[in-house]
Amino acid sequence: MPHLTHTTLPNGLTVLLREAHSAPVISWWLAYRVGSRNEPTGLTGISHWVEHMMFKGTERFPAGALDREIDRAGGQWNAFTSMDATKYFETLPADKIDIAMQAEADRMTQALFDADETESERTVIISERQGAENQPTFWLQEEVRGAAFRVHGYHHEIIGDETDLRSMTRADLYAHYRRHYQPANAAVIAVGAFDTAEMLAKIEELYGAIESGAAPDLFSRAEPEPAGERRVTVERPGKTAFFELCHRIPAADHEDWFKLRLLDAILSGSSGASDNKTSRLYQALVKTEIAAGVGAWLTPTVDPYLYSIIVTLREGRQPEEAEAALLEEIARLQSEGVSEAELNKARKQTRAAFAYSTESVTEQAYGLAQSFILGDVTWFDRYADRLMAVSADDVLEVAERYLVPRSRVVGILHPTDPEQEAAGT
Amino acid sequence: MTDLQTSIPNESNIIRAELDNGITLLVYENPAVQSVNVMGSLQAGSIYEKPEQSGLASLVAGALMTGTKGADFDAIHGALEDVGADLGFRGHVHKVGFSGKALAEDLSLLLDTAGDALRNPIFPAEHIERLRGERLTWLQYSSFDTRYRAAKAMREALYPDTHPYHYGTYGDQDSITKITDDNLREFHAGHFGPRGMILVIVGAVEASQAVQLAADAFGDWGNSEQPAVLQAHEPQNVAGGLRPTVVVPGKTQSDIHMGIVGPARKADDYLAAQLANSVLGEFGMMGRIGKSVREEKGLAYYAYSRLGGGHGPDPWTISAGVNPDNVELAIASIMDEIERLTSATVTDEDLADNQSYFTGRMPLRLESNEGIASHIHSMESFELGLNYLADYERMIYRITKDDLLRAAQNYLRQEGMVVAVAGPDQAAS
Repeated sequence: MPHLTHTTLPNGLTVLLREAHSAPVISWWLAYRVGSRNEPTGLTGISHWVEHMMFKGTERFPAGALDREIDRAGGQWNAFTSMDATKYFETLPADKIDIAMQAEADRMTQALFDADETESERTVIISERQGAENQPTFWLQEEVRGAAFRVHGYHHEIIGDETDLRSMTRADLYAHYRRHYQPANAAVIAVGAFDTAEMLAKIEELYGAIESGAAPDLFSRAEPEPAGERRVTVERPGKTAFFELCHRIPAADHEDWFKLRLLDAILSGSSGASDNKTSRLYQALVKTEIAAGVGAWLTPTVDPYLYSIIVTLREGRQPEEAEAALLEEIARLQSEGVSEAELNKARKQTRAAFAYSTESVTEQAYGLAQSFILGDVTWFDRYADRLMAVSADDVLEVAERYLVPRSRVVGILHPTDPEQEAAGT
Repeated sequence: MTDLQTSIPNESNIIRAELDNGITLLVYENPAVQSVNVMGSLQAGSIYEKPEQSGLASLVAGALMTGTKGADFDAIHGALEDVGADLGFRGHVHKVGFSGKALAEDLSLLLDTAGDALRNPIFPAEHIERLRGERLTWLQYSSFDTRYRAAKAMREALYPDTHPYHYGTYGDQDSITKITDDNLREFHAGHFGPRGMILVIVGAVEASQAVQLAADAFGDWGNSEQPAVLQAHEPQNVAGGLRPTVVVPGKTQSDIHMGIVGPARKADDYLAAQLANSVLGEFGMMGRIGKSVREEKGLAYYAYSRLGGGHGPDPWTISAGVNPDNVELAIASIMDEIERLTSATVTDEDLADNQSYFTGRMPLRLESNEGIASHIHSMESFELGLNYLADYERMIYRITKDDLLRAAQNYLRQEGMVVAVAGPDQAAS
């Protein structure tokens, strides 16, 4: 990887810069260490709502002004709230990047949170949640997470509970913003066609004067160790059943996370590089016509989270069949381990996926922003090498350690008869 | 720093070759990456299928990689997945498209696999049944998806059942159930061939090597059964003004899908219509519609417009997801914006903003192999000429406010607009 410049301004702002001159564009990111995991009951969804309010203007850039400026420049901009972070980005032609740098510096401290705009956005966000509710799998995911985490903030959806979205006030939102949006809790990241020394000078000029207190104490409650399998059942109108199998796994900074990543590549092939038709789970569930599809998710997170496998059942097949097939595959993995050929395949897939993911400056910058959030700015850069170092014994070891009943959460979505549902019976 | 003007794909840096069997090959070298992207199309879309066999072309495309004369399902996918490569085929209305990517060292595998799948599929019965089951599950799931149902209702109301755009490329439960393995083989034998095929290769490969590899994979392919190219004409006797409503029980939100017949990609006023669409529902936070429906009234998380612009008269659509109580207000707000766009020219500022947006976004769109391949494929497929991207800025800045108004008036006629809504039963709530 090209050289990464990593420095910290006196006000605590982390700076990560990487030159990439393959195209005349720059991706500019601002990542804050606050996400839905840091939200107490009553304020669920507040990080996401604050993210929305950041697009509602400052004195210098009134609402809509930046939409126009960035589109005029041919750029893209957006923001994402995750469980662990809130990230903002602009990718622009290199000669227009000043817009992004000035905008993010300004709205770090000067967002207005206009009262009328806040109320207008309340209904927009409730609409966003209601749109998600139209997908049956949203209900399943919400219940599974709720069952998996009784104490930790990972237990609620990023969008928040509707009751909180209806009761939160402008004062709540503004307090959350002022507390978490400050240099010592943030990083700026740039990847693209720039000169590092010039870029650093601009950053110091625009961001160096922003006052910062100490990094905020983030609200966080540790989840107790799981003491047994948990099961939830959801019923929604429709005709398609889903089955979800989750296991508690460690955070992304734990060496075992990378071993689990290889395990996942072998089970589901979810490297992002292929459609996985030779993976163990496809062969066991789709090829046997139990399922129409199967996918697995291993999200790198700050705190221990879940390794999740979701099965879309074919008509006439039962969730219990999916469960039996999945548990059989896990047992086979634990008893037989993996072959060197499977491991080599997973490694090559990893190399290819990494090559694809580094072809755009936006994706490279995203990787660095994620690294900052995970507490190790080299996490993304060392990702491929750490995966290459995983052995067959390592995969077996984590399969035995984590894919066990004690840390398991099972979710089943049963479709209900739409006609009866409509009739209220 | 790379200068866009010297690197933009154009006739001097795209290698274009026509093979004797009718395949057009286009190669663009991109040494800045480690991978290679392949993208292509053949004239074998759903426009060539009978209405009672709706979904056949897409099913054939989806089944191409389930087994060939020389390789079974596991061998085909194993070879690709072993090296982290990806290849897929997809049926559209006019064409079957394919795309894939691999590390540059694996380009020959990618091309050979694509060639074998296109030329030698055997459609094994067990895999066809599995694929059929997957499609049926998807259709069943989609029948409870309000976005899908609203879009389907709009499409079926806008285009009569004699028009190919009336039908979804995935077909329906009835048609998919009845399609036989022989139907798949016959459709493949009668429609898949090299004439009219486009193949684009972009990435870390020398052009001469890519041309040779493509010629090896496809050069000796022929099919005398290929039919003449079919066109989709303007739908006749469109009723317009229809308001189909679909009740989907148990949903929280309603989806609105409004549509009217729009311009084909090659229409003279296509770019003007595209700019008008941007003003209406794209620029900034989803254009004027987004400003009214989302930003000012807080009715929806999303509310935007899109211009299809393919090989035929695709729809010009407006979509929004709103609380069921707000459906009429959202529709009225959107209609107000259409009225505004079709009754007066946009401001100088609107025009300048959108011209700058269209031309300024080009560097980002050409950043990845896939983006470059997609643009080169479009230039060839729509016969725009290989200097289209180089001339693009000049074309956009030639468009006037009056051009936008004429394009908007030409297509966005409120009396012809279909307004489809899918959501919970309001009467029951």
